[in-house]
Amino acid sequence: MDARRESEPTPMKNLTTVERKSERELVVTRTFNGSARIVFEAWTKPELFKRWWAPKSTGVSLLSCEMDVRTGGKYRLVFGHGASKPMEFFGKYIEVIPHSRLVWTNEESDDGAVTTLTFEEKGGKTLLVLHELYPSKEALDAAGTGAAEVLGETFAQLDELLVTLGESLGRS
Amino acid sequence: MVQYVQARLDASFAALSDATRRGVLEQLGRSDASITDLAEKFDMTLTGMRKHVGVLEQAGLVTTEKIGRVRTCTLGARRLEEETAWLERYRQLWDSRFDELDKVVEELKRKEKIDGRKKRE
Repeated sequence: MDARRESEPTPMKNLTTVERKSERELVVTRTFNGSARIVFEAWTKPELFKRWWAPKSTGVSLLSCEMDVRTGGKYRLVFGHGASKPMEFFGKYIEVIPHSRLVWTNEESDDGAVTTLTFEEKGGKTLLVLHELYPSKEALDAAGTGAAEVLGETFAQLDELLVTLGESLGRS
Repeated sequence: MVQYVQARLDASFAALSDATRRGVLEQLGRSDASITDLAEKFDMTLTGMRKHVGVLEQAGLVTTEKIGRVRTCTLGARRLEEETAWLERYRQLWDSRFDELDKVVEELKRKEKIDGRKKRE
């Protein structure tokens, strides 16, 4: 191994943004310090995808991952969450343009979004834009609640803490 | 988003810095109450109590709803803030995923460099 490489400074962490573009649309963006080819590969090769899609903090693990990345091809993800029943997510790829664009459906429920992922390379970095279009406002709201359940109710906990604090101060 | 959380914390702590407002929160923790009930309980004018409830509402600690001529106060966050919190949780999910994806990208880059070097040799 090259010793010089180890002393290179760690690049600054790129920011993730999430914006609700309309009642039915959600857009997530992030820049990666690598070519579009590399980022695309990490999204489309199951052995690579498995390594990042279900980080430890979410409490879920990706049990299996099948991807047939071509127009009309299907995918299926199976997640485990403690002792509860595994959850399945599946759908098909509507559009595949290598290193540039991926569009897929989420067919595990009637409320599933159509996801469009674009990879824009500029100066060796890649801007990733993930766009989700839900069938209704309610479907998007429900998806958000799902994410909240996965991550825990941080803000609710904060509120509880503040109220408890208020109560104990109020008594003294 | 960071500024938002900061602003909200500032508002929350400012709201909690007053003994009456802490008492109001404690009271609402037991049951919902109207501004009139609270004013009586804390031996205060309606205007004074309205001001305190306004501060708690701004901090997202209390929600009020006017039904007929009575404004009822409930413990809890406003809907708008719930919506923002929801987006923040969603962002956290993607952020933690993308932090892991960063590692995969770095590894693939290193591998490419090594492979490229081997080819040149």
